Amino acid sequence: MQGALELFASKGFYSTTIPDIAISLKMSVGNMYNYFKSKDILAEEIIKFISAYLGKELQRINEKDISTKEKTRAIVAIYFEVAMTKPEMIDYFLRIYLSNREIFRDNCAGMICVNEFVTEVMIYFEEGVKSGELRDQDFFSAFGLFMGYLGGMVFLKGEHILPRELDEYVDDISFNIYKALSV
Amino acid sequence: MKILWLSAITCNGNAHSFLNYPYLERFLDDFEFIYHPIIDSLYTIEEVISTNIECDILILEGAISFEFNKIDIPIFNIIERYSKIVRKIVTVGSCATFGGIFRDGEYKDTTGLHFNKDIKLTRFANLYKNSISISGCPVHPEILVNTLYAIKSTMNIELDEFLRPKEFFAYTVHNGCTRNEYFEYKVDNHIFGKKEGCMFYEHGCQAPYTNGSCNKILWNEVNSKTRAGVPCMGCTQPDFPKQNLFETKKNMGIPQHLPLGVNKRTYLTLAGITKAFNIKRLEEDIF
Repeated sequence: MQGALELFASKGFYSTTIPDIAISLKMSVGNMYNYFKSKDILAEEIIKFISAYLGKELQRINEKDISTKEKTRAIVAIYFEVAMTKPEMIDYFLRIYLSNREIFRDNCAGMICVNEFVTEVMIYFEEGVKSGELRDQDFFSAFGLFMGYLGGMVFLKGEHILPRELDEYVDDISFNIYKALSV
Repeated sequence: MKILWLSAITCNGNAHSFLNYPYLERFLDDFEFIYHPIIDSLYTIEEVISTNIECDILILEGAISFEFNKIDIPIFNIIERYSKIVRKIVTVGSCATFGGIFRDGEYKDTTGLHFNKDIKLTRFANLYKNSISISGCPVHPEILVNTLYAIKSTMNIELDEFLRPKEFFAYTVHNGCTRNEYFEYKVDNHIFGKKEGCMFYEHGCQAPYTNGSCNKILWNEVNSKTRAGVPCMGCTQPDFPKQNLFETKKNMGIPQHLPLGVNKRTYLTLAGITKAFNIKRLEEDIF
């Protein structure tokens, strides 16, 4: 899965073939098809894999007995850390999952394939509102502000536009997000 | 079997609801009221309060307060006296059980007989073992009558933590709701009074976390709030009445109160999946 993920993220979905993936995994093409019937199915499994990975990281933060302000910073920090240490994950999310929606239309309708990640974001928002720190608003307004901002920064980094490393932006960005979402 | 129906701080809604029991004549062949505020009774309220009259069941309707008197006699004294005579004490309605809306009234320290909302009281702790609560606003007549027959036949009545018969209160009002398919697939396109749509997500329906049998034992043998197109208002619960009963309180789109016993993380995971079904048949009006 990791090998396929790295290939998709670097070459793009359509430029990557099943034989490419099989070679990178030192596996025969025939055997590869035993595991995944098509490239689309493999793509779906990869996004579920990323969602589960990020979801688990966010769950660990959500379960901590800390304020929403501290959680906000922790989420920004872990997102950028993943973007720096496992760039293929965030790249896949931004450049394959969000950019090639036609691949995911049938079996990843709505947010099914990113459910674990989105569920944790929802819990972060809900608990923030319940604790009185965050302003109650439409989920997607808040989700777009938070994740769009983070995704945008990672994208700029990927395009070599950001002058500094991502982790150097954690304080400013978590401050901005918290200020924008708080009551 | 003789019953004293004693009204305390009440709107008398339970006494009226009881009159809707469809087989009242048959009931009155088996039970006799030494006093009931609406039905012709053997004694007047003055006689009941001034002397001790033999009876088997004390039904208390309405909340109580040390300030509240009936014909100049504190309600507390009347309850104490008759509790020594009767076999069982039944609180009917949510005011007699939990204090209800009259907790916000003028009488000081207004509560139910054994509970102040969900807090257990010690004032009448000695009566606890002989008490049964039938909460609701108003009481469901069939549930009251069935409980009275169970007492008459000396059945063992299993009770929940608020002394409510599990037979009727171990379920949620959601159980038996005809809108369950809309609930399952998260379709709340409801307009009040219409047959379509679940009312949990937007319209304040409390059925998934309210204990009761309204959708199993129908009102007047015909209907229930949710079947008629009005949300369940949670009238059997200790915290009834809440505010904004026609609107689902949400935090960033997530209902504040989830179905009874459901874990939030699991609920959100499942909800995300069911929402993706996008079933056209359920989005459209049937008629």
